[in-house]
Amino acid sequence: MTTAESRQDAGVRDATPADTPGAAAPARPRPRRWRRKRPRYRLKDVLLAYALLAPSMVIFVVFFYRPFLNLMHWGTFESRRNGAFFEPVGLRLYREQLSGRDFLDGAWHSFQFVLYTVPAGLILGILLAVAAHRRLKGIKIFQAIFSSTIASSVAVTSVVFLYFFQPTIGLFKVDWLTNPDMAMFAVSLTSVWQNLGLSFVIVLAGLQTIPDEVVEAATLDGYGPTRRLLRITLPLLSPVLLFLLVILVIHGLQAFAQIDILTKGGPVQATETLVYKIQRLSRPDNITIGAVYSVGLFLITLFITALQFSILNRRVHYAR
Amino acid sequence: MLPPGADAEGGRSNVASLTFQNVTKRFDDVVAVDDLDLEIMDGEFMVLLGPSGCGKTTALRMIAGLEDITEGKLLIGDTVVNDMDPARRDVSMVFQSYALYPHMTVQRNIESPLLVRRYHADGPDRPARKLTRAERQERVDEAARVLGLDGLLGRKPAALSGGQRQRVALARAFVGRPQAFLMDEPLSNLDAKLRAQTRLELVDLHRRVATTVVYVTHDQVEAMTMADRIAVMSAGRLQQVGTPQAVYEAPANLFVAQFIGTPPMNTLDGTFTSEGGPAVVVAGGRVGLDPARAAGLEEGRPLVVGVRPEHLTITADGPLELKVRAVEWLGHECLVFATIGETPVVVRQAGMAAIDAGGTTRLAVDPAHAHLFDPESTERLGATGNTERLG
Repeated sequence: MTTAESRQDAGVRDATPADTPGAAAPARPRPRRWRRKRPRYRLKDVLLAYALLAPSMVIFVVFFYRPFLNLMHWGTFESRRNGAFFEPVGLRLYREQLSGRDFLDGAWHSFQFVLYTVPAGLILGILLAVAAHRRLKGIKIFQAIFSSTIASSVAVTSVVFLYFFQPTIGLFKVDWLTNPDMAMFAVSLTSVWQNLGLSFVIVLAGLQTIPDEVVEAATLDGYGPTRRLLRITLPLLSPVLLFLLVILVIHGLQAFAQIDILTKGGPVQATETLVYKIQRLSRPDNITIGAVYSVGLFLITLFITALQFSILNRRVHYAR
Repeated sequence: MLPPGADAEGGRSNVASLTFQNVTKRFDDVVAVDDLDLEIMDGEFMVLLGPSGCGKTTALRMIAGLEDITEGKLLIGDTVVNDMDPARRDVSMVFQSYALYPHMTVQRNIESPLLVRRYHADGPDRPARKLTRAERQERVDEAARVLGLDGLLGRKPAALSGGQRQRVALARAFVGRPQAFLMDEPLSNLDAKLRAQTRLELVDLHRRVATTVVYVTHDQVEAMTMADRIAVMSAGRLQQVGTPQAVYEAPANLFVAQFIGTPPMNTLDGTFTSEGGPAVVVAGGRVGLDPARAAGLEEGRPLVVGVRPEHLTITADGPLELKVRAVEWLGHECLVFATIGETPVVVRQAGMAAIDAGGTTRLAVDPAHAHLFDPESTERLGATGNTERLG
């Protein structure tokens, strides 16, 4: 309170008549507060703002920032005698583990998973949404069906696919889950299906913000359906698609339940993504390595997301 | 923008007539356009005028191919286009919202029809082809010059004012030199001053390109000032087609009489009498009629008399008693709001009226301009203005 008050005082002193254009017209004296170039908020407003921010700030600090700092701190210890005590080793674990074979394998598997799930999820989502974005009787039913995978849990989806892939009684009767070359693809398939609802809903919402008249104008200009999609619809959807891309990549990097249910990381660790490894490593005896991996995954996610924004943001058209 | 001869490869410029033959459009149970019969001549500036929901925009969208036709035939030139793809109809449209492509520059927006369409650029008997980059640029530059968009080609629509966006929309419509231009309330998003200015420019543009224009509006001022002919619509039905003068001076029915003109035409219910000269007896007195117009009317026949505000005169020896409620002075004229009996009327007077609100005075009607309507059918009795050039 005192700081805010003194700030206000300082502000009053700064506002000498000379540095405001209003001073040139002395015939119309105004309250001092109005003369500032940048409006300074009143103490009451500032306090109110912080009061309104406080609940979410508290939640972030208690449940995110502090645990994350703890995690980074844990990474500077090494477990001795199966976790009987921990010895501080500085950044050694970070250096060794993040360049180690196991971590890089995990990163590669995560990358594979993203590669299989994200483009397919985006494209199928766009196609489904474009197909369902029309005024037809009963179209809401299809829209509800297409978006229903949002509401189904990953565990349920995975069990359903477990049945699909079952080699003897399953629907596809394929032995992919135990085949190291196919396991990652099979797990990804589950995710593509699971993500479809999300992609569909987001793209459909985006499509609904495009004015009909713009699309009609393109029709009259002679654009066929494909050209309309590529030249008009997709560019106007680009902010939505960037958002969806970022979300899908993060989903991909964080996928866990489908791997745990379908393959348990196998066969021969072929589907062990970083998240799966973190889970496997996070036991009392080597929890600090799990912490190091977690920080590694965080950095990878941060890097990829930043890259997506910096490269793609220039190509995104934000309306107005 | 397109001086006659610029597209002279065909000898005749690229202009088409548009014909509605008993066209009906239903959305589920709602009849938006009901049995529309209308021929729009080639090169004509036709305004579809009516209140919102009267079907005028639907009619326009059927020409564009953006709405299916439920019944009847629509012809562009001599071709029935009911099932023709919108892109192949060779018409362009200016939307109320302009519908510019927000992610494209002004240059790209204007160029867009040229990029995808094929044109008979080598003459009408040579196959249509896409324009070369230089040809496209030439047309874009020409359109930009005519519409005053010269320095703006590199901007995005978001960086333009409303008036500039409107011009880009016009340029995009005109650049492809289609057979007909369709305009859906293109001026409604402009402020009053810009609207008046753009009206003049549109008329000028139409004169230069001499192409068929179908222009939808609910603003009778736009209709009166720009149209070659006006088609007045209401509740999906065509009420009257005629020149602005014909529609104003001889409205076909009470709807047209009251929709066109500001303030609208005054109407008084009454009965016909021939005692003491032909006249209509109304609540506050009697309205004398031209003997010619009264011919054939039976004694006691119920009638509606319609008189425009400028054909009423406040005069101490007038036959009608007038209670003045308010006087609006507009500078060059004044409007006197009053009642005859219980019926509200408006009188237009040049200069300042020497009357006060609350007073009573008397009113005379110019018999030459008293319109008679049938109270049942609301149709005009006597000659209407929609005989001229009616398709």
